[in-house]
Amino acid sequence: MKIGRVAGTVVSTISASIFDHQRLLFCDLLTPSGEPTGDYTIAVDVVDAGAGETVLILDEGTGARQIMGQTVAPIRAVVVGIIDEIDL
Amino acid sequence: MHLGRVIGTVVATEKTPDLEGVRFLIVQPLTRDLANRGRPVIAADGVHMAGPGELIYYVGSREAAQAMPEPFVPVDHAVVGIVDQLAVEPLPAVKKSAARRPAAKKSSAKKPEPKE
Repeated sequence: MKIGRVAGTVVSTISASIFDHQRLLFCDLLTPSGEPTGDYTIAVDVVDAGAGETVLILDEGTGARQIMGQTVAPIRAVVVGIIDEIDL
Repeated sequence: MHLGRVIGTVVATEKTPDLEGVRFLIVQPLTRDLANRGRPVIAADGVHMAGPGELIYYVGSREAAQAMPEPFVPVDHAVVGIVDQLAVEPLPAVKKSAARRPAAKKSSAKKPEPKE
């Protein structure tokens, strides 16, 4: 799992069918202290996260497909939670 | 998944039978600002419609093969969507107060002008 901040959205009409009617979020990855690592990921949103929110990103295929209810799908990153607080 | 730009195509006649009919694209990975990031990769076209010049997003590793009609094929990157619109906010300036200070000085320097 990774920590990220939602920076925006990706709109796409031509995509693999697993992404139909799904929101794609552009997330900057963060260190635990909240600084951007410089990397990013595009993840499917299942928790209705909004721009600017700190989120929990699952970046693993089998778990992602399980959340999406699919056994075969080209998906890996899913926003699975909205982080309220990080205690370091 | 990451953003990429299709910069070319690859044609291979002799290939493993499972890859029959699969198009291959040369994809340049991009940063959040759409600048080139690292070396181009060869990705299978999972949407059957991506062409050179297009902004796409691709998936890597084992999930790439699952974008194909036959999911157990030797493919390690696949284009899974064409980007129509990308709305990304700039990175928030974290702990870059030093960068803000000169701007603050400029604004304070300008303030006396109207008074004069």
